[in-house]
Amino acid sequence: MLLTLTGIELFKIFKKWRTYIGFITIFVLVSLIEVSILIEGSNFLNSVTQNLQSTFVFVGNFLNGYLISYVVLGAITVHIPFLITLVAGELLAGEATAGTYRMLITRPVTRNQILTAKLIAGMIYTHMLVAFLAICSLGFGVLLFGVGELIVIGNEITIFAQDDILWRFLLAYGIAGLSMSVVTSLAFLFSSLVENAVGPIISTMAVIIGFVILSAINIEFFQELRPFLFTTYMMSWRTAFSTPVDFEAFYTAIAVLFGHIVVLTGLTYFIFSKKDINS
Amino acid sequence: MSEKVIEINNLSKKFKDILAVNGLSLNVYEGDVFGFLGPNGAGKSTTIRMMLSLIFPTAGDIKIFGKSINSHRIEIFKNIGAIVEKPDFYGYLSAFNNLEILGKISRINPDKNKIYEILELVGLKERAHSKVKTFSHGMKQRLGLAQALIHDPKLIILDEPTTGLDPQGMKEIRDLIIYLSKDKNKTIFLSSHILHEVELIATRMVIINKGKTIIEGNVNALLDAAHLKVQFTVSDPDKALSLINENSYVDKMDVPAGKNLILFMSQDKIALLNRLFVENGIEVSSIVPTRSLEEYFLSLMEKN
Repeated sequence: MLLTLTGIELFKIFKKWRTYIGFITIFVLVSLIEVSILIEGSNFLNSVTQNLQSTFVFVGNFLNGYLISYVVLGAITVHIPFLITLVAGELLAGEATAGTYRMLITRPVTRNQILTAKLIAGMIYTHMLVAFLAICSLGFGVLLFGVGELIVIGNEITIFAQDDILWRFLLAYGIAGLSMSVVTSLAFLFSSLVENAVGPIISTMAVIIGFVILSAINIEFFQELRPFLFTTYMMSWRTAFSTPVDFEAFYTAIAVLFGHIVVLTGLTYFIFSKKDINS
Repeated sequence: MSEKVIEINNLSKKFKDILAVNGLSLNVYEGDVFGFLGPNGAGKSTTIRMMLSLIFPTAGDIKIFGKSINSHRIEIFKNIGAIVEKPDFYGYLSAFNNLEILGKISRINPDKNKIYEILELVGLKERAHSKVKTFSHGMKQRLGLAQALIHDPKLIILDEPTTGLDPQGMKEIRDLIIYLSKDKNKTIFLSSHILHEVELIATRMVIINKGKTIIEGNVNALLDAAHLKVQFTVSDPDKALSLINENSYVDKMDVPAGKNLILFMSQDKIALLNRLFVENGIEVSSIVPTRSLEEYFLSLMEKN
């Protein structure tokens, strides 16, 4: 039954035009970034490496699909939560707004089955969006710019050999997907509380912005709080591009993000199982 | 007597400080078209929502098909079709898709023919593939009935199924309910504000007010026992009025209009009053008794 319900939820999600806003936005943004870099050509690489050119001599094709994908991932990941909440925030509240809760709950299925199917469908959508970002940035990037070594400039300069890159992207997109799953769980929780789909979208974004601001404030209390906020790990995908990879930091990120998903989802189940449907 | 299909005992629901349903009990038997009546705010929709586990009772229990809905929900709900208040659908999907989805959730896998058959029954076959957001209220109401029937349930719960429909639409729904009851042997639980509608199609009924049962029973028997509204047309209304005042045949009367007297009295007193008039030289040119659920309902509400 769960499979049937999940199929129905996915069918409903992909029959709504708002579902495609995320995909279209990602496609347009990534295309714009890639085409503009293609036009700018070596100017882009020069601007990235200008401080280093007096010290180092760069040899090889650094302006390649991998660099483009890395840049795109950094630029877009922080904005994906908004695209996710457009769909995840509507999963439950949308039924309340439309009045269709009544038809769902008066069928021979349990509330937990309905909830689980919606959550799975929401998670599938989230990971499809992240995968679509990977396809657009990495796939199109490689098609347009070819492959080569990846240069990552942070506190230190790291150049990854061509055969040492793909698994790092896989890891990066994996952790990015997990952090987006927390966003989905949060939007899902808010969606179970209200009867208007706009509320969960605004609330989720408010929590993310609030947490990011708290993390940035240089006060001891907030700094101690920082490791427990999921927003701290939203950029953990960068860990995949350190050398050697700090797997301990990775596991911590996975544990905290997964913990958030469990707690948020648990709360949603508790609230929904007790909820009177008055819509 | 037939088997009990719905058995509600001492059902209560409290919303913060408001007691919406207060120890309500009722029984619905197999084959009944059961009218569920009450004024606005009487607790009808709250009761129906509890029967369909949309909201949770504060106290009391609900058994459907002899089993508690708490412990046998899925088994019971396989055999219930319902419209709760206004029927709402996924507007971005077609009528066909909506029914297909709801059929699957009801644990049947309706084939195309079954869906078209149901849509034809409610007169929507031609619009099967139109998006529901383009439907009028009346069409949604008919689609509401279709979704309640898609899994061929034994019990159909209808909460105000004719709200917002024009007279023609109301008649169509009424005819469909009669067809489902008589030809398809469905048990129907019908909540309605429209007393005339209940009077026309219900076999048994309950009237509730302030969340409590006021009266429950066979519609005809309840109306027969009730006092009738009778119009007497007499040759001498003044003399007739003084005779009425001297006797206790009449419970209540409206202000006389010409030679017409509107009297409220029990059935067995009509002949006695007629004889009294005739014996006192008053010609009675017509006696028109009207039996109406509306009168009965209003008199009960007055008492409560």
